[in-house]
Amino acid sequence: MSEPLLTVEHLTMRFGGLIAVNDVSFIAEKRRITSIIGPNGAGKTTVFNCLTGFYKPTVGRLVLAGADKEYYLERMDDFRIGQVAGVARTFQNIRLFPAMSVLENLLVAQHNKLMRASGWSVLGLFGVPSYRRAEGDAVELGRYWLEKINLIDRADEPAGDLPYGDQRRLEIARAMCTEPQILCLDEPAAGLNPRETADLNGLLRFIRDDRGVGVLLIEHDMSMVMEISDHIVVLDYGQKIAEGDPESVRSNPDVIRAYLGDDEENDDIDAEAIGDRQ
Amino acid sequence: MAAIDYPQQAKESLLAGIVALALTVPMMGLRTTSGQDGMVIDIRMGDAALTALGVAVGHFVISLIRQALQQRSPKETKTEKSARLKSVAIWIGWASFAFALTLPVTLNLTENLGLHDKTRYYLDIGILVLTYVMLGWGLNIVVGLAGLLDLGYVAFYAVGAYSYALIAAHFGWSFWVCLPLAGLFAAFFGVILGFPVLRLRGDYLAIVTLGFGEIVRVVLLNWYQFTGGPDGLSRIPRPDFFGLPFKRSSSEGETFHQFFGLDYSSIHRIIFLYYLIFILALITNAFTLRIRKLPVGRAWEALREDEIACRSLGLNPTNTKLTAFAIGAMFGGFAGAFFATRQGFISPESFTFIESAVILAIVVLGGMGSQIGVVIAAAVLIGGTEMFRGLEEFRMLAFGMAMVAIMVWKPRGLLANREPTVTLNGDKEAKP
Repeated sequence: MSEPLLTVEHLTMRFGGLIAVNDVSFIAEKRRITSIIGPNGAGKTTVFNCLTGFYKPTVGRLVLAGADKEYYLERMDDFRIGQVAGVARTFQNIRLFPAMSVLENLLVAQHNKLMRASGWSVLGLFGVPSYRRAEGDAVELGRYWLEKINLIDRADEPAGDLPYGDQRRLEIARAMCTEPQILCLDEPAAGLNPRETADLNGLLRFIRDDRGVGVLLIEHDMSMVMEISDHIVVLDYGQKIAEGDPESVRSNPDVIRAYLGDDEENDDIDAEAIGDRQ
Repeated sequence: MAAIDYPQQAKESLLAGIVALALTVPMMGLRTTSGQDGMVIDIRMGDAALTALGVAVGHFVISLIRQALQQRSPKETKTEKSARLKSVAIWIGWASFAFALTLPVTLNLTENLGLHDKTRYYLDIGILVLTYVMLGWGLNIVVGLAGLLDLGYVAFYAVGAYSYALIAAHFGWSFWVCLPLAGLFAAFFGVILGFPVLRLRGDYLAIVTLGFGEIVRVVLLNWYQFTGGPDGLSRIPRPDFFGLPFKRSSSEGETFHQFFGLDYSSIHRIIFLYYLIFILALITNAFTLRIRKLPVGRAWEALREDEIACRSLGLNPTNTKLTAFAIGAMFGGFAGAFFATRQGFISPESFTFIESAVILAIVVLGGMGSQIGVVIAAAVLIGGTEMFRGLEEFRMLAFGMAMVAIMVWKPRGLLANREPTVTLNGDKEAKP
């Protein structure tokens, strides 16, 4: 049942003379966790920024298979990508709305739905029942995700007051409140302790299996990547150097070389260092 | 926290007293005076001892007060503090509402009792303060909620005033028709300003809005045929009470005092204007409080917090910013129309940069996004400076010092306390 959700074809991104991403193609499937890994500066976040419209790719096509039609992401404005195509993302350095409460963060994510319900604010000003109902539903969806990420008790506190790990999970919940097709996570495990990482794995599995949302993951924590990925794409210096399931990527000599340099003596140990840190 | 340790305090104060004594004995106790045969040492041990005693007692009292304060405050959690601030804000809100509502009556009563004879003067100040409250609330939408630093807000005030004056003079339409039109024109100018500055933020936005404010003023100053240039526009129609003019007599039908069987008094018009701006301001407030809880209001605040995150969540930043500019400008336009009808005469003189700065100061000092804070700041900044007109030279000095003081002790404004627009576990909050 391999249904492509996101097809990246010949994606190239140049910044002046610097080629950050060079002719990268891969497919992320529905209900699968696809990871993009690679050393620092390999171009992973650039791929994300192209996908979510923050950069316009120099060359390449990004096709998202929506419910009814295909979306060509490279042609869309950044906010339309979230609004119409259903691509949600989180950021490497968390970007919550710190002064707003946890629940409000989740409601902002449902902005477009609520805007329509409030008749572009005109009906909402008069508090028509249909808007109240829509807002009630939005709060319920927020409550649902807050229960999932165990933040229900702190729903009314400013998001900026939460501890780091909670902020990470809240950002994922906020992205999920947009009811996306695909969730792009940029290093969600960065700065988390092992227990929090395990919780995060559970959350991502839930998103994949129960919510049926495809996940695209950038991560440096190899044990996590190897544990939950269905498919791994490896980038180095902007090029795709390997692709496959965790097992094959783990033993791929190119990958090992990219991560640890090409000192042949270390090959056997390195394979373990990458793969078996679980 | 433990009770105050009095013996320990007394010991410390005694020590402070001894130290003070050690200093005062040589410095105050012995004094050289030039006598007949040269320098004489004057011994004033009594003074020195008295001063040292004063230091000891003062030390004791101050440390007791400090401890008492400490016992109360640091135990307060963030939520408790926020709840306390909220109740204070609500209390101040209702108190000032009641005060503003009854001000004309109170003034009239006290004048009849012979306590003062300046009802009209105080009402004029009240009108002025309320105008600035309304402007502050309007700007609060742009600066406080949407986080777009606007230094040219007075431009919308000017557009509202001139639209009202021109429309009312040329077409002879009544105040109640021209008022919404003035608001619409101002909102339109808000959008015009909004478009070129969509990509800007922070300092750059401030500079462009500053320029916009000046452009509007300079155009008003130089477009002589249309705006009257520096001569301004005079004989702007006065508002009437739903068709009843405030005149001694009228050729066409009854006047206000005839209709209600009152003696003619010029104060009627002032009282009417007072309640007019009061109601306009309340509408602004109600609108802001309401729209804050709507998706667009939350989007403004989200945009203030993090624009990139907003884009990633599918919020259209263009529309969101433009609505903020347009709605903020609309209330500025209403206030401008009111200003024009109150003054009866407007000229570009009234719309200089300092006005923008004062309105912005009201918003910032009051606490960005705080409705009650704006009221207090407007009352202090506008009412205060009017009241102390007698101290002409020192007025601006006090104004500046008050600003510095607030920024030092309350850098986030007088009443900076954000209430969530929607709560899950907590109480349903009450009105302002």
